[in-house]
Amino acid sequence: MRVVSDTDRSTLRDSLSVSLTVGTYGIAFGAASVAAGFTVLQSCLLSLLTFSGASQFALIGVLGSGGSVVSGIATASLLGFRNGLYGLRMAPILKVKGVRRLLAAHITIDESTGVALSQESRGEAAMRRGFWATGWGVFIFWNLFTLAGALGAQAMGTPAAWGLDAAVPAAFLGLLWPRLDSLRTRCLALSAIGLAILLTPVAPAGIPIIATTALALIFGWVRK
Amino acid sequence: MSGNWWGVLGTSAIAFALKYLGHAIPGKYLAAPRAQQINTLIPVALLSALVAVQTFTEKSRLLLDHRAAGLGVALLALLLRAPFPIVVISAALSSALLYHFI
Repeated sequence: MRVVSDTDRSTLRDSLSVSLTVGTYGIAFGAASVAAGFTVLQSCLLSLLTFSGASQFALIGVLGSGGSVVSGIATASLLGFRNGLYGLRMAPILKVKGVRRLLAAHITIDESTGVALSQESRGEAAMRRGFWATGWGVFIFWNLFTLAGALGAQAMGTPAAWGLDAAVPAAFLGLLWPRLDSLRTRCLALSAIGLAILLTPVAPAGIPIIATTALALIFGWVRK
Repeated sequence: MSGNWWGVLGTSAIAFALKYLGHAIPGKYLAAPRAQQINTLIPVALLSALVAVQTFTEKSRLLLDHRAAGLGVALLALLLRAPFPIVVISAALSSALLYHFI
C-alpha cells in the first residue's frame, strides 16, 4: 500500500483545481464551435484529438469567419508550436518511451507543463505527478464540457441572439490577457490588432491573422 | 469531405506531431534564447489578431456592432480580475442584450 504524503496531496490539489477551472473553458469552446458551423461531433473530435484550446479556437474562428481551410490549419498550428517546446522541456523530466511517450505528448499543453514546472521545489517525482494528473484532469473536463457546450449551443439556435459571436473574441482576450506581462508583449498585442484590422479589407480571410506572426518575429528578434 | 472535416483532421494531426516532436528530438535544438523569446511572442500576436478580426470584422469588411460592446465588457471583467468563465459569459450576455434591443 502506498502512503500518500502531504506533498503528493498538495500537488494533486493543484492539478485538480487547474483541471476544473480550465475544463470549464470547454463549454465556451463547444458553444463557439457549433456557432461557427461545426457539428457536435466535429467539436468533440477537436477537443479529443487536437486538445489544445487556443489552436481549437483559432481553427473555428478562422473557418467560421470565412477563412480558407489552409489558413485555419496554419493559424492553429502556429499556436500549437509552443506545445513542442513544452515537450522539449518535459522530456528529460518524464523519461518515457513508446506508448507512454505518445500519451505524454498528447497531454503536453500549457496547463500540464505549467503545473509540472511549478512543482520544481518539490522534486522531479512531484513534477511528473503534476504533469500527468493535470494533463489527464484537463483532458477529462475539457472534453466533457466541450460536449455540454456544443449540445447547449445546438439547442439554442441563432448564435448572435445568445451573444455567442461575442463569446469567441472574449475567449481569445481571456487567453491573451495573462500573456500581457511586459511592455514588449503589450506593444506587440496593439501592433497585431492594428495590422490585422488594416489587412482585413485587402487580404483574404485568415491572412491578416497569420501575417501578425511577422510582428512576433520582429519583436522577438530584439534581445532584452 | 467538407472543409470543416479537413480542418479538424489537419489541425489534430499537426497539433500531435508538434507535441510529439518536442518529446522525441534532443533538447539542444530550439533552446536558443531568441527562439524561445519568439516562441512566447507568437501566441500574443496571433491571439491579438484573432481578437481584432473576430470583434471588428465580418467577411472582408470592418464593422462596429454588438460584438464590440461584448468585448468591452470582457475587457472590464478582466481588469476587475474576473475568472475566465465570467469574462466570456458577461461578454456574451451584454452582446446578446444589445443584439436584441438595438
